[in-house]
Amino acid sequence: MYDTPNTERAVDQKDIKFSARGVQVYYGDTHAIKDVDVALEDKTVTAFIGPSGCGKSTFLRCLNRMNDTIDICRVEGDILLDGEDIYDRKVDPVQLRAKVGMVFQKPNPFPKSIYDNIAYGPRIHGMAKSKADLDEIVERALRRGAIWDEVKDRLQASGTGLSGGQQQRLCIARAVATEPEVLLMDEPCSALDPIATAQVEELIDELRTEYSVVIVTHSMQQAARVSQKTAFFHLGNLVEFGETGKIFTNPEDPRTESYITGRIG
Amino acid sequence: MPTLWLFLIVLGIAAVGYVLGRQRALGTVGGDNRRLHSLPSYYGSNVLIKVVVPAFLLMVAWLLIQPIVVGNTISGMIPDRSVDAKGSLGLVMAEVRRTADGLDNAVAQGLMDEDFVTGARADLADVTQRLRDAGQIVTSEVTQPILNAAQRYRVMNATGNLMMTIAVLVVAVLGALWGLRESHGDFRARNTVERSIRALLIGAASIAILTTVGIILSLVFNTIEFFRLYPAADFFFGTNWAPSFSGRGGSSDLGVLPLLWGTFYISIVALAVAVPIGLFAAIYLSEYASPKVRSVAKPLLEVLAGIPTIVYGLFALLTVGPLLLKVFGDDGLGIMQAGTAVMTAGLVMGIMLIPFVSSLSDDIINAVPQAMRDGSYGLGATQSETIRQVVLPAALPGIVGAILLAASRAIGETMIVVLGAGAAARLDLNPFEAMTTVTAKIVSQLTGDADFASPEALVAFALGMTLFVITLCLNVFALYIVRKYREQYE
Ligand SMILES: Nc1ncnc2c1ncn2[C@@H]1O[C@H](COP(=O)(O)OP(=O)(O)OP(=O)(O)O)[C@@H](O)[C@H]1O
Ligand SMILES: [Mg+2]
Repeated sequence: MYDTPNTERAVDQKDIKFSARGVQVYYGDTHAIKDVDVALEDKTVTAFIGPSGCGKSTFLRCLNRMNDTIDICRVEGDILLDGEDIYDRKVDPVQLRAKVGMVFQKPNPFPKSIYDNIAYGPRIHGMAKSKADLDEIVERALRRGAIWDEVKDRLQASGTGLSGGQQQRLCIARAVATEPEVLLMDEPCSALDPIATAQVEELIDELRTEYSVVIVTHSMQQAARVSQKTAFFHLGNLVEFGETGKIFTNPEDPRTESYITGRIG
Repeated sequence: MPTLWLFLIVLGIAAVGYVLGRQRALGTVGGDNRRLHSLPSYYGSNVLIKVVVPAFLLMVAWLLIQPIVVGNTISGMIPDRSVDAKGSLGLVMAEVRRTADGLDNAVAQGLMDEDFVTGARADLADVTQRLRDAGQIVTSEVTQPILNAAQRYRVMNATGNLMMTIAVLVVAVLGALWGLRESHGDFRARNTVERSIRALLIGAASIAILTTVGIILSLVFNTIEFFRLYPAADFFFGTNWAPSFSGRGGSSDLGVLPLLWGTFYISIVALAVAVPIGLFAAIYLSEYASPKVRSVAKPLLEVLAGIPTIVYGLFALLTVGPLLLKVFGDDGLGIMQAGTAVMTAGLVMGIMLIPFVSSLSDDIINAVPQAMRDGSYGLGATQSETIRQVVLPAALPGIVGAILLAASRAIGETMIVVLGAGAAARLDLNPFEAMTTVTAKIVSQLTGDADFASPEALVAFALGMTLFVITLCLNVFALYIVRKYREQYE
């Protein structure tokens, strides 16, 4: 019923990029993430799946400390990036976010031109030596975001004037433009047509050679197609984490099985 | 019958109509709500509207037209020589009205009876005395033509009022019957009430617009009158403002340029104070302050907006002026002669405008969606980078609007100028000189004892018109900017 899970895809033993231990997240009194332990590998695509409201976005936002912007949000436990605690006092969340990029669940282009949207990150981090350099970065990012052909003639038009799906790809391109080491994607394809989805998945696959990618998705097919590891969340708990192929063919937990066969969630 | 009573009676009919309409509608469907087209209260409201609206419209129209008709008839009765004796027809008519009121009062107090009043023809001295006794102020002895006119005035008004009462009541009852006849289950009362509400709203909007038009027209006519007496070129391009007081003898120089210059100079100083401070305060409040600080600081800042401008004026006159004089006056830098100066008024006006800029900008900055900030933080931007490059550009149209609103306030401000900037119209670059503005001069031209038909008084309307056109242009410009940015940022 799903595409053949890529069991045969070679999964070598890789370095651990992120490792989380005993993570708890509270929104005020709501306990949104309950004692999650997980280790995300480098140069790997990890998919987070689970029913709506189970805490996928919340956990994703912990990984680049985006939860800091929510007043009522409280994070406990340790999250290590390359062995360094990202919630340590010494760590500057701004630098962390430059390393761990994010594509949000809802497209949020800036009210600027398409060009400036993409150039925003590279400019802030001083990534371009010259205007030509910047032009090149922008073009490359837009191509990787699978939107170049649609916008190449109107780079100066406003990013907010694009369609929902185009905006989402613009946001993907924007995140890629800063060359993050880890890319967190929260349902990046929820507003995309099958062609654009395929292009984004191609991009994810390409990114995997250099970076780690974490993708939240509601599409089992997508998780099966693009990811090597899958984490299944349920009611704030990390129920099962492992090889994508195994999760989809032979899940250990009955909850996982009912979810992927469409009985819960 | 006094108008108030009539008003209340119509409302009474309307209330009864409401209840009856509701019941009747329910009656036609055997008390089953579900078989009515609309909720029962709509049938009641339908009757109510049909009673109240026509009756009150008739009443208002009658109250407006009756005095005109009566006045015209009466003034036809007055012989020319009475008019000559009093000076003008208006004064005679005032006398007639006073006498008529006096007769009413006298009857009410029992000093005269109705026959005496209508027959009072012979003894004018006696009538005058009785009027005085009744507490009416009668300047001189009542003359025969005036007494006749007053009597006729009373009679006409009395019949007029009676006719109005009858007509209004008839219309109200007819309206009630009309509404009641309609109150059956199939009638679409809800739609009718909806239409009436729309008409009401349109009416309110048109009253607002018509008033504006009326104000502009009154300005325009007086301005045209002024330009008939004073050359327009001298007004617009004259660099000297020196009205001769008393309005007679000596020619006045009424050049608007020094006043406009003063207005702009003071406004610019004020905006130079208010815009940066207000904007920074707004950014702090909306982006950096914790909710607790914000909940205290914002109302405190808004208290500034509630202070009457005359208090700011006093602050300028008694505190800021002397303070500036200490630094820049003869004891200090020696470039300031007196406490009243452009700087004094501008600084204080700037303080007054801070809450306008900050409060509006704060709301606008807060309206920028959090997702926009998240997007920026997610790319590794710092807070101030996010504010400068994402939040402020997104909020810019609104902020420009806030600033232009503050500019309009500054241009229209009067009290602070009168007390803080002095009254001398001057074209000067030194901000420590006394200057004055258009608004302050409008006040001084109209509060003097100049004849109202003289150019010295009429110039106030030309000044008002100039100011109006300038603020209008400013607003149009603001709209243009806002729209342009909105296109870019939406
Ligand atoms: N800003 C917030 N304030 C309060 N509670 C929140 C906030 N964001 C999320 N929550 C709560 O945390 C829980 C997890 O939400 P989260 O957004 O992580 O779910 P999700 O798995 O991403 O769901 P979806 O698939 O619908 O995006 C939910 O119960 C939600 O109500
Ligand atoms: Mg989510």
